[in-house]
Amino acid sequence: SSILHIAAVVVSGTSVVVYMYTWCLSSSIHISAVVVSMFSTIICGFLFLLVVKRLPEHVQVDDPAVVKRLAKKLERQQIPLRSDYGYKVSLFSHLHQYSRKAPLTQQLSIPSTVIHPSIVRLGLQYSQGIVAGSNARSVALLHAFKQVIRDYTTPPNEELSRDLVNKLKPYISFLNQCRPLSASMGNAIKYIKKEISNIPSQCKEEEAKTKLLTCIDRYIEEKIVLAAKAISKYAIEKISDGDVILVYGCSSLVNNILCEAFEKSRKFRVIVVDSRPRLEGREALRRLVQRGISCTYVLISALSYILPEVSKVFLGAHALLANGYVMSRVGTSQIALVARTFNVPVLVCCETYKFCEKVQTDSFVSNELDDPDDLMVTRKGKTQLENWQDVSSLGLLNLVYDVTPPDFVDLVITDLGMIPCTSVPVVLRVKNLDQ
Amino acid sequence: MQQPSKMNEEELVEYFRTQMRTDPDMASAVAAIRTLLEFLRRDKGETILGLRESLKWATDCLTEVDSSVAVSSGGELFLRFISLTSLEHQDLSRCKKVMEERGELFLEKISLSRTKVAKLCHTFIKDGAKILTHSSSRVVLRVLEKAAAEKKRFTVYVTESQPDTAGKQMADALRRINVPVTVVLDAAVGYVLEKVDLVIVGAEGVVESGGIINKIGTYQMAVCSKAHNKPFYVVAESFKFVRLYPLNQQDVPDRFKYKADTLRTVSDLSDEHPMIDYTPPSLITLLFTDLGVLTPSAVSDELIKLYL
Repeated sequence: SSILHIAAVVVSGTSVVVYMYTWCLSSSIHISAVVVSMFSTIICGFLFLLVVKRLPEHVQVDDPAVVKRLAKKLERQQIPLRSDYGYKVSLFSHLHQYSRKAPLTQQLSIPSTVIHPSIVRLGLQYSQGIVAGSNARSVALLHAFKQVIRDYTTPPNEELSRDLVNKLKPYISFLNQCRPLSASMGNAIKYIKKEISNIPSQCKEEEAKTKLLTCIDRYIEEKIVLAAKAISKYAIEKISDGDVILVYGCSSLVNNILCEAFEKSRKFRVIVVDSRPRLEGREALRRLVQRGISCTYVLISALSYILPEVSKVFLGAHALLANGYVMSRVGTSQIALVARTFNVPVLVCCETYKFCEKVQTDSFVSNELDDPDDLMVTRKGKTQLENWQDVSSLGLLNLVYDVTPPDFVDLVITDLGMIPCTSVPVVLRVKNLDQ
Repeated sequence: MQQPSKMNEEELVEYFRTQMRTDPDMASAVAAIRTLLEFLRRDKGETILGLRESLKWATDCLTEVDSSVAVSSGGELFLRFISLTSLEHQDLSRCKKVMEERGELFLEKISLSRTKVAKLCHTFIKDGAKILTHSSSRVVLRVLEKAAAEKKRFTVYVTESQPDTAGKQMADALRRINVPVTVVLDAAVGYVLEKVDLVIVGAEGVVESGGIINKIGTYQMAVCSKAHNKPFYVVAESFKFVRLYPLNQQDVPDRFKYKADTLRTVSDLSDEHPMIDYTPPSLITLLFTDLGVLTPSAVSDELIKLYL
């Protein structure tokens, strides 16, 4: 691919040079000006290539050059490389597929000198699914980073603002190996790195550390806790008495909204839709029933049966992309599609810190493949797919996320207010202006 | 505490009604904003916060008189426009003067908005076009007047628009400028749509999703034009942009659906017929405003700029 880049530059450079030469001839400017313009176009070409974004490595797993580069990077950072497991369906062969039975921590030496123990614990919690859900993962990440900062001491002849950022890089690679980072975690990491590099060099270490800890606390407080309160306030306006609300899976934000609305004495009932293999709806059901909300539980295959009763659909989101698409748990786009055909309004609730600059129109390009062994089910002592690896033409696909187009979503409730799905780029622009 | 020249509720309502009477061509929102400006001039408040509170109270009073969406949205935008400036002066009277000047600037801008909309929209009316419109809208009338002045030949179909048969007034106004016009029944919209080239309607309010709130019957017309693949254009001034987000018809608040006197006198609203309906943005092709020609998804962008 580097040859292609050079060829592209050469072709564009020569074409611009030919144009400029003929223009100079026609207006009789000295030949040295042509030489100067030639050099400047070639330099501009190279700069352009540097600015153009490269594809991230975690979606190029089928490219051996990229895999080699990643292995070299991890070796340099002294982090073990996690190997893929099982046969991958060809459409998704560019993504990683790991097994839960082989966590990365087994390959680490204890005590690990490179990686902080709270990060090791966090990585294990992610890869085993103990900490799941984008808010929970971000908060756990921020708390682990707080512990890292507390235990950090600046080495002699180093500046805190630069050294701490470099210390965090192997931790982030490690966590990425345990489970691919979510969009919310990515934004949180960007924020922390910015805060660290903004520490002035004459700041004393203790002062800098307390400042960073308060920054992180404030981020959690503002972007997650208070945002949830603001979103509940807006969402409760949309819940009227006698509503039948459909929710999917377990979104901490949507559960929060429903509990708040119930406390404000709105009369409604909830239908919880669930799907295999995660069966997260059971957790949501447990939380809602504990508060006293009357609930119904169905699997996603009964969706079109239950939808004529429903008046509104509330969905959570993992991330909101820059072109207005909603990335959420697999099954969400199905619910939005069927709700649209039944003319039921679909409301997505999402905090602004989950908005990301990525653009995606389908669920193939960038996704996450979970452990394929989760799809095996044991009934009456028999496991049907026990020897699926022996069948060469059989692949098990356990997708985690999917993308919902904005035409299926009627309203997005964020902490900034209620916006249509197509206004996400406006919010990103306003946020960038603030920063 | 009642000061002698401060406006109280009756004076406010009387001033508003006088404004509406003297210039019947003026939008109710413009009359409301003129009233609020007069209220601001006569207000004897001591603090900026008190001023804002009393302006909010005045807007609420006016909304009770005329429960259209435009009055409440116009009032809120007026308040935001005049406070969107540096009010760091020490002297309260200086601050008030700045606010009054900005209020007059706002009024001047919105008085020109109808002309701006007409200038943008009349180019979309081609020679020989057949236009369908709903009920009586002064903005649509201005657009058609401009198109007629540009020597374009077109025919207009107007719906009768029950229960107040406002369509007949529109037809009379168009006959006066020698435009061939036919009044059709509200039920005949589907029948007449195959003859029509484009549909232009006004709006009482433009909501955050890019949809509009307009006289009852607009939603039907939009659904029929979508089925016939005819363009559905909306003309509205920018002060009609309101911070509402209805999901469906029943999500529109009751205070906009019914006339103000109905809300006051009747206790059970389920027998009353609503005067407005909500048209979702998926059925609208373009919106012509004094901020430019917008697609429905761009309305939210403009609203964020206006309100934040």
